[in-house]
Amino acid sequence: MSDELTLAEDAPRLSSAYQSWYRFSRNPTAMIGLVIVAVCVLAAILAPWITPHPDHVGAVVNFRARHLPPSADYWFGTDNVGRDIFTRVIFGFRISLMLAVVVLGTAIPIGTILGLMAGYFGGWVEIVFMRFTDIALAIPPLVMALAVAAVLSPDLVNSMLAIAALWWTWHTRLIYSITRQLRTREFVEAAETLGASKFHILFREILPNCVSAIAVKTSLDCGFVILVGASLSFLGLGIQPPTPDLGTMVASGSAFLPDYWWESVLPGCAILFVALGFNLLGDGLRDLYDVENVR
Amino acid sequence: MTDALLSVRNLSVAFTTYGRTQPVLHGVSLDVPARSHVALVGESGSGKTVTMKSIMGLLHMPPASISSGAILYDGRDLLTMPRRERLKLTGTDMSMVFQDPMSSLNPVFTIADQMSTILKYADKRLGRSRSRRQRMDRVLEVLGQVRMREPERVARSYPIMLSGGMRQRVLIAMALLSEPRLLIADEPGTALDVTTQAQILKLLKDLVEERGLALLMITHNLGVVRETSDYVYVMHKGKVVEEAPTAELFAAPKVAYTRALIDAVPRLTGARPTQRMEAAP
Amino acid sequence: MEFLRFLLRRVLWSLLVLVGLSMVIFIIARAVPGDPARMALGPTATQEQVADLQKKLGLDRPIVQQYGLFIAGLAHGDLGRSLLTERPVNDDIRDTFAATLELVLATIFIAVVLGVPLGVVAAYWKDRWPDNVVRIVAIFSAVTPSFFLALLLQILAGYVLHILPTTGRLPPNFDFAPTHTGLVLIDSLIALRPDAFLEGLRYLLLPAIALAAATMGQMARITRSSMIDVSSQDYIEASRAFGVPEWVRVCKYMLRPSFVPPLTILGLEFASLIGNAFVVELVFAWPGMAAYGIRTILQKDLNAVMGVVMVSGVFFVLVNLVIDLLVGLVDPRVRIRGSRQ
Repeated sequence: MSDELTLAEDAPRLSSAYQSWYRFSRNPTAMIGLVIVAVCVLAAILAPWITPHPDHVGAVVNFRARHLPPSADYWFGTDNVGRDIFTRVIFGFRISLMLAVVVLGTAIPIGTILGLMAGYFGGWVEIVFMRFTDIALAIPPLVMALAVAAVLSPDLVNSMLAIAALWWTWHTRLIYSITRQLRTREFVEAAETLGASKFHILFREILPNCVSAIAVKTSLDCGFVILVGASLSFLGLGIQPPTPDLGTMVASGSAFLPDYWWESVLPGCAILFVALGFNLLGDGLRDLYDVENVR
Repeated sequence: MTDALLSVRNLSVAFTTYGRTQPVLHGVSLDVPARSHVALVGESGSGKTVTMKSIMGLLHMPPASISSGAILYDGRDLLTMPRRERLKLTGTDMSMVFQDPMSSLNPVFTIADQMSTILKYADKRLGRSRSRRQRMDRVLEVLGQVRMREPERVARSYPIMLSGGMRQRVLIAMALLSEPRLLIADEPGTALDVTTQAQILKLLKDLVEERGLALLMITHNLGVVRETSDYVYVMHKGKVVEEAPTAELFAAPKVAYTRALIDAVPRLTGARPTQRMEAAP
Repeated sequence: MEFLRFLLRRVLWSLLVLVGLSMVIFIIARAVPGDPARMALGPTATQEQVADLQKKLGLDRPIVQQYGLFIAGLAHGDLGRSLLTERPVNDDIRDTFAATLELVLATIFIAVVLGVPLGVVAAYWKDRWPDNVVRIVAIFSAVTPSFFLALLLQILAGYVLHILPTTGRLPPNFDFAPTHTGLVLIDSLIALRPDAFLEGLRYLLLPAIALAAATMGQMARITRSSMIDVSSQDYIEASRAFGVPEWVRVCKYMLRPSFVPPLTILGLEFASLIGNAFVVELVFAWPGMAAYGIRTILQKDLNAVMGVVMVSGVFFVLVNLVIDLLVGLVDPRVRIRGSRQ
């Protein structure tokens, strides 16, 4: 008896999930994005097992194989000390994705909570939070990351901290504008009339309505965080060698342009590839959820 | 009434969305003789707006498509004449008063700018020419004709600076710019308060009578019909269900749907109090 | 009148943002684990030298007083003295800022002049092939890292086609220096030097394109969605009914009301544009603030770093004020009501 009940309750939810998936899978850009993201994530996770030369991740030197062009052995060629660039690119995805996860994992909860509170409570909470957001918006994330890297020391953790310290502002602004629109809607007012707690209203009534916007924003942001991270390490202020990082590889390869072009161009293409995947995915989700103003 | 100024004959229109074709007009026919005042009445969704858009050439095709019928203006079929010829008529000889004064004016241009642009291209289509100065004079003249007190100030204003009633007058003035013979009015003033709406309707009636224009009033409000028209077409679900001279229609509606519409009209001066509130059949 | 009040409010607000920004920068600069003076001088310096420098920088005073001094300096436009170049940070930044300004202005110009028409084209042919092409261009330009695009352009135009110079701002040993405004393109016109103008343009082109791509993509996207919003408005239908030709409707009646969202986004994203300018300048050896900023950052020259971040913030705030002004010019509703909404 109780089993039947559960089934009956779950049935419509399942079919609506299926409907969403159906619409999503009919959207070519979204599907391409999803495939790219899946490929990158899988490759990053399985890197030690699927790459041809996993030992080239470290400070291996093989002068006989330096500056080799792309070939069957070395798909992306080799770098100035003879390491397989393809292997290092796949391992580079690990760093890039980790950066995105850590930055957004910090920025989204902070940004969402501040945005919910500013939008719902209004008054001085709104003034203080949103003004603080405005200040943070005035600082270029890359410059901030540079400054933090200078003050502390140039390494991965510090760059992540610096980027996360500014990234929440965009989420705050997004959630704030949605919450402000929802604040006066009937279902929120109904909950208020029934005496629901502030916590309940914020997290049970308003937050679920922000989820699709957050999903779109998160997907788009993954790409942009990866780009900022790559720019930082391109400047030599991100991840320090010999750890393979895409931005660092472009930078060190650019010293050998234009003759050994693959050393910087192919890692650069890899950055473009992963950022493109997240962007297409975000674009597709935006069409799916019909949240036009999230960018 | 075959020599009517505007004659819609057996018009059928369908909308195609997501591969499915949905007919919305089923053989609508109506006549607007020169100098007559005709009303097309129906609730929203009855097809009166689609009829109006077909006449004015405003249907977006696709998704809309005209499956059959003709729209004769001055004896010539608007649907088969070259586009160029049709554009010489719409917006000039047959013109239109828009419904919503709040949203039908471009918020970022002055009234003078919007009106003289309309005039400029109307002139161009008709092969006339007027200097900028002459265009401005005409704009001010027409603004005066719709009894705007300070035409110069209104012309210089942006829509946001004007009241709803004033904006509605501007919309009427826009329709009058090129001396039309037929005026199609799409529920003018519904967005306004009752007093202002009454003023607008009075103004529209006076203007139409002074100039001997034909008027096609499109509305859901039978009160408006009684005020402004001599002959009525009632539309329901994409068909004309009844037509009659206004007085006859109100005295003895033949169709149950018309009767329901008449009963739904609220009255201030009460021959009939409001006890009859049955739902439409 | 309302508009003046609106602008005044924005100016006051901008000042507040700058004060906030100065606090944030100050806190970061003083959060250094260790002694800035010691860091600047290196481990070989003697204790006296460190103490001396501390005194010179005011590091021996209480923290609140230090901030007071910093703010007082800022109010006079004084950013302190660089430990690296031993010159006032003001002078260092002034020498490099003009180049950055020229690059950024050219970038905004390219992004708007290409991005907005692309958005119009996409909106006009919505869901047809021009729309798809613009969409692809916009996505690619948004996801290509600026430094990578810079490198690609360098390879293509510089090494393969040999049509454009790849580094610098003017040819080496060129007998022209921008002395009036610091902007090569403008000063060469003032000095009636068409040759310098052309050279300046040739050198400016690649970095500006590399930097503009991302912003251009955004402009195109936002112009598109904003145009599509406006196209369904009653007033567009009305102008159609009155026989206003299509190109006037699109380029005048639809474009102008659609202009506010792209302008707003341009302002918001300006910070990340400055950030990217740092990278692009480095690739093209553009003599702007970036090289100075990065050098001072590596040397832990705190005054200079604070100066660079502060100047970036001021730049952001000024650009946004200009955008507020433009929004008011484009949209009379903002002018009359005195607010954005």
